[in-house]
Amino acid sequence: MKKTVQELLLVENEQLNHDNFRLVLQSENELPPIFPGQFVNVEIKKATEIFLRRPFSILDVDPEKRQFSLLVKILGRGSKVLTTYQAGDKISVIYPLGNGFTMPKADEKVLLIGGGSGVAPMLYISKVCGLNLDQVHVLLGARSQNDHVDVSAYQSFGKFYFTTEDGSLGEKGFVTNHSIYKSELSTFDKIYTCGPNPMMKAVAKDAVAAGVFCEVSLENTMACGFGVCLCCVEKTTTGHKCVCTDGPVFNIKDLTWQI
Amino acid sequence: MADLSVKIKDLHFKNPVLTASGTCGFGQEIADFVDLSKLGGVVMKGTTLKHREGNDYPRMAETPSGMLNAVGLQNKGVDNFIKNIYPTIKDVDSNFIVNVNGSTIEDYIALAEQINELDKIPAIELNISCPNVKEGGMAFGVSCASAEAVVKAVRAVYTKPMIVKLSPNVTDIAEIAKAVEGEGADSVSLVNTFLGMAINPETRRPVLSTITGGLSGPAIKPIALRMVWQVAQAVKVPVVGMGGIMNAADAIEFMLAGATAIEVGTAIFIDPTIPLQIVDGINDYLERHNFSSVRDIIGSLQM
Ligand SMILES: Cc1cc2nc3c(=O)[nH]c(=O)nc-3n(C[C@H](O)[C@H](O)[C@H](O)COP(=O)(O)OP(=O)(O)OC[C@H]3O[C@@H](n4cnc5c(N)ncnc54)[C@H](O)[C@@H]3O)c2cc1C
Ligand SMILES: Cc1cc2nc3c(=O)[nH]c(=O)nc-3n(C[C@H](O)[C@H](O)[C@H](O)COP(=O)(O)O)c2cc1C
Ligand code: FES
Repeated sequence: MKKTVQELLLVENEQLNHDNFRLVLQSENELPPIFPGQFVNVEIKKATEIFLRRPFSILDVDPEKRQFSLLVKILGRGSKVLTTYQAGDKISVIYPLGNGFTMPKADEKVLLIGGGSGVAPMLYISKVCGLNLDQVHVLLGARSQNDHVDVSAYQSFGKFYFTTEDGSLGEKGFVTNHSIYKSELSTFDKIYTCGPNPMMKAVAKDAVAAGVFCEVSLENTMACGFGVCLCCVEKTTTGHKCVCTDGPVFNIKDLTWQI
Repeated sequence: MADLSVKIKDLHFKNPVLTASGTCGFGQEIADFVDLSKLGGVVMKGTTLKHREGNDYPRMAETPSGMLNAVGLQNKGVDNFIKNIYPTIKDVDSNFIVNVNGSTIEDYIALAEQINELDKIPAIELNISCPNVKEGGMAFGVSCASAEAVVKAVRAVYTKPMIVKLSPNVTDIAEIAKAVEGEGADSVSLVNTFLGMAINPETRRPVLSTITGGLSGPAIKPIALRMVWQVAQAVKVPVVGMGGIMNAADAIEFMLAGATAIEVGTAIFIDPTIPLQIVDGINDYLERHNFSSVRDIIGSLQM
């Protein structure tokens, strides 16, 4: 799909919790097809000290309105300034970037595991993977109840499970401590995950042990986002690959993680 | 429309705006955003004789108005270039220039010989200034003697225009420029990145896997401009200027300081359409100031 640099209109900026915001952007033109796992690279002009763009995954797409949304979690300066943009502001975006997840077959059962800044692509898969509610299981982890975002808009697409480290929502512990994860992992046909690297590595390790197909979406730091700087590389069984163009989604069997 | 064309030796450029090595892939990677045939030229990713994996991740650190990189010349080697990349660019109407790198003089010679055979590659940029490799690279570009040796050796086998890319990590860049001109360089391009460093105070570790890396972007522009000005006064061959060029005004500054052409690097990461915006912006500037040719402004700094 052809990539473009476009000035998009911010039509909505909704604060979801203390550090998560949902930004809805609208194009003047018809949107290109955008798949779960793909991302955009956003210019944060409001703060001149932020030089490079920042990558964010697609949370959702509404082709009719020519809109798509992002789920922005505040990490440092750039993400913080981005969340101060208001409806009516213009934001320059390069998109669509990267390759999406391998979509499941009609009879498959999938487990989507998200944490931290990796929740967006999991929600988007749940919506567009075309499976029935009982085939889609979404497991989201966070430190505490107020670190989770409201996912009620997605609960008709799958069964949701939560973990918190303090036990304030769902089961206590990490995603890998959850009962469904511990007892049913090998019953899934595909596992998809995005979030902090330690979480993805723990999931990858268990998926390998259970012999289940597993794709992860990596968040290596990027300078360009479209394959020219070679800064975002990840080691794979066939050498360094660019996370921005060869990924961000990788099958764990292609990575050289020591798991 | 003003006349934007410039020349390096007998090589014609439709305009003075090129994309810098390591920031535009081999051209095709930015073809979604820009019509490559509208560029003066494309200097492709640094190529070596053999495949190179490059340095470990992390390779990048954002800095105030710039970035550090430590890519380390990751590329698939010249055979892959000739087999898989050359066919995709040879029919595009622009100057595709190979950025030639080596760990030893023998590497440079062998690579230049192979590139010399490619009809549609009209020139090379001999990189003696990469700060991110352990062997060769910048080591050749920081003394007159080693710079002369590699330029002389490549000149003996390469018959087309040879642009030598200089390192700014030297005491007197004009001396190096004169030295390579003396050995037959048809042009010098500058600057490559400045050696820099970033530390994460929280982890107390270097941000880059290689500890140090190359600084680029607007942060280096004033120093790059000063160096281009000094070099343009010291040599007779055309100078290709770069370092932090983000817009047409920046490009024009380099040309006023004496650059015949300019390269746009890091700016492409922010917006890959910037090189073409600069072409248009230079034309607007020339019309506004009643210059009929871009050549009229080269080195025309008013004192
Ligand atoms: C393909 C991709 C998709 C992404 N999707 C989302 C998303 O949907 N929602 C979301 O909130 N975030 C997402 N991210 C992460 C987001 O890009 C970063 O949080 C953002 O760039 C941080 O910028 P900042 O200026 O706020 O932080 P900075 O000030 O740049 O960084 C703050 C601290 O975090 C570290 N850091 C910054 N970025 C990274 C990184 N990528 N990996 C490891 N450490 C890092 C820095 O070294 C620094 O110590 C994604 C990243 C990628 C590569
Ligand atoms: C990520 C990156 C990779 C680079 N790779 C090369 C390279 O392979 N060969 C080379 O001669 N210069 C390389 N450079 C240097 C640029 O071509 C240019 O000299 C430098 O970045 C200064 O210009 P700028 O500030 O416009 O980027 C690289 C720069 C960056 C940022
Ligand atoms: S971020 Fe530049 S190549 Fe991936």
